[in-house]
Amino acid sequence: MKRIAGMPESMSAVVTHYCPGCSHGVLHRIIAELIDELDLRGRTVGVASVGCSVLAYNYFETDFVQAPHGRAPAVATGVKRARPNLFVFTYQGDGDMAAIGTAEIIHAAARGERITAIMYNNSIYGMTGGQMSPTTLMGAVTATTPYGRSEENGRPYRMAELLAQMPGTAYVARTHVADVANIVKTKQAVRKAFEAQIRGLGFSMVEVLGNCPTNWGMTPAESNRYVLTEMLSYFPVGEFKDVTKEALAGVHA
Amino acid sequence: MYTHEVLIAGFGGQGVLTAGQLLAYAGNLEGQHVSWVPAYGPEQRGGTANCSVVISDQPVACPLVSEPTACIVLNQPSLEKFEPMVQPGGTLVVNTSLCTTRPKRTDITVVPAPATDLAVELGAIRFANMVALGALLAVVPMVKTESILEVLPKVMGEDKAQYVPINREALKIGMEEARRVLMV
Amino acid sequence: MEPMMTMMKGNEALGEAAIRAGCRFFFGYPITPQSELPAYMARRMPEVGGTFLQAESELAAVNMLLGAAATGVRAMTSSSSPGYSLKQEGISYMIGSQLPCVVVNIMRGGPGLGNIQPSQSDYFQIVKGGGHGDYRMIALAPAAVQELVDLTILAFDLADFYRNPVALVGDGLLGQTMEPVSFPPVKTTDDDKDWALTGAHNRPKRVITSLELNPENLEAHNRVLQAKFAAMEEREARWEEYRCEDAELVVVAYGTSARIARAAVDAARNMGLRVGLYRPITLWPFPGEGLTRLAEQGVRRFLDVEMSSGQMVEDVKLAVLGRARVDFYGRLGGMVPTPREILGQIQELMGGEA
Repeated sequence: MKRIAGMPESMSAVVTHYCPGCSHGVLHRIIAELIDELDLRGRTVGVASVGCSVLAYNYFETDFVQAPHGRAPAVATGVKRARPNLFVFTYQGDGDMAAIGTAEIIHAAARGERITAIMYNNSIYGMTGGQMSPTTLMGAVTATTPYGRSEENGRPYRMAELLAQMPGTAYVARTHVADVANIVKTKQAVRKAFEAQIRGLGFSMVEVLGNCPTNWGMTPAESNRYVLTEMLSYFPVGEFKDVTKEALAGVHA
Repeated sequence: MYTHEVLIAGFGGQGVLTAGQLLAYAGNLEGQHVSWVPAYGPEQRGGTANCSVVISDQPVACPLVSEPTACIVLNQPSLEKFEPMVQPGGTLVVNTSLCTTRPKRTDITVVPAPATDLAVELGAIRFANMVALGALLAVVPMVKTESILEVLPKVMGEDKAQYVPINREALKIGMEEARRVLMV
Repeated sequence: MEPMMTMMKGNEALGEAAIRAGCRFFFGYPITPQSELPAYMARRMPEVGGTFLQAESELAAVNMLLGAAATGVRAMTSSSSPGYSLKQEGISYMIGSQLPCVVVNIMRGGPGLGNIQPSQSDYFQIVKGGGHGDYRMIALAPAAVQELVDLTILAFDLADFYRNPVALVGDGLLGQTMEPVSFPPVKTTDDDKDWALTGAHNRPKRVITSLELNPENLEAHNRVLQAKFAAMEEREARWEEYRCEDAELVVVAYGTSARIARAAVDAARNMGLRVGLYRPITLWPFPGEGLTRLAEQGVRRFLDVEMSSGQMVEDVKLAVLGRARVDFYGRLGGMVPTPREILGQIQELMGGEA
């Protein structure tokens, strides 16, 4: 009988600690499905970061190492350099990657480390209670911008576009998981990012826009609408760098 | 029991560190206990340079020389700084080509040698360090000249092996000069 | 002594010893006075099929080390004082995660940017744990280049045995000193450790983390770590006693200070003064046992000498515990004491000129 639904083998059969309506679980599942589909489970090391996804290692049936805050790309670099046959990905939030870990992500990308960085961008520090992050939108009220993010906090910046500038990147995209069609597109983008690593083309990264209903003070449905309207208007989805096609063309030439 | 505590000082680029390394490598070749330490600073070029070399029949206690038994000063600032530190009874080789004053100490053996001028006469100013080293070895023969020449390619690079004859000549000139001025 | 042993600078000998010990991964960031070490590794690693990687910062370097160590390979990083401060984040995580590695600190003058001259003012930071959490790490303090080689090899073995980082502690002078060295044969090691991350192929997944949100579990985890630290304290204290047999005064010093003090001790002995040298080789665990015994045997005074304002002297006092008087002499800011200075201190303490 053909199986039409079920848990990916690379996903642990446990209840996550994520809040109701949070999209981390969707993104976890996309990754786990791809690890299965690309037959990577036996050679994967995930690198967990600090933030809401700090416990990601409890939800994947792959080897995992937990990194200090912001340092996941450096830890992943060490893993990959030590054992180049491993498939290595980081799972980071916007605070971890775009604030405290800026140096590590920029230089891992510049060096073209054969790793994949997945960024869940919900424009807020979730685990510590809803503080402003580097990607918090202007005017947004958070625990540390009680009057709304203003000019004195600087403006949010776009990590995917920034990393696309780096010489060592093979694939960089931004997607979102606020509706079904885009969940499918996210999976396509993450697949490309994974394949870029598998083929040794360089550093790959997918920034995934997601919600945070708890810290945004919204219902899950409202929070997804915020992604579709406010966040998408500042953070456009798309592929900002993709050398996979050129590399393929080169192979066939 | 003996311990030679050697301090070599001058401008950066005068071959101060190299002369010290040649001494240490030569001592090591002969099976003596040796150490070499450069005084290091933030400058990459120029400035003053000095190094400590210890050659002993005992394991080296302190590699950093603060009171040398033998000292080479290749320029005036080094003479002013290190003359007072030489141990009584010690030896001080002074490059008189670049030192405008003369040592005042009477409790040490002073070897005045125009090392830079002699090196220029020999054909290249960069051999001043070897002339001065020759002068020191004439008075304090802590290693053999042949040992210095044997370790030279190892210290300066195998491509410098062709300069062994001229270095031999520089050492010889220094030794002769020392013997001449000291009448030994 | 063997003629024609290889002449090497301390920093380079350290690198070669690490390679002989099977270290194939080096992650570093330039800082004086240890820069010869990464330069040596950059040249040597490709020759032995290893990896040298210059990181964008000490933070990145230590976390690359964490990642490599998590896969079970022998790996190291090195730095000097300001860089070591940054590396303590990773050290705390690696101890919490029970990852073996070797971390080198070639100390320089501080605080702050200080200077690049030799210093021993990071003793507290290394020995008392500058990072966060209840942790300990073995700290080895060689005094000569050959000992630097021997202790580098030992450091990798101890790190693997205890699954804990080991610190190699030197100063700018040791790093720059060139001396004859020989490299002992080293047994090859197995990188396939039963905890290492190698991919969950035909086995359950492995997770390396220092996170444990449940306090009862974190306490239990800490008990495991503390048991390891207790075993280290029990077994790993190392020191050297020099001319202590009939000594009335014993100089206590480590690393470069100890070498200089040794010359002063010899000079004092030549004057007929009964003086010895007690040299801790491990800074942690601190080898207090020998000091206690010497105090009980009748040593009346100890003179602790450091290139710091007096850090190890606190541990000396704890070991002596009032049985004898403990005095201190130190130079600061990258100044190195001379044998004559130390001899002067000895003479003063022993009652004037001998």
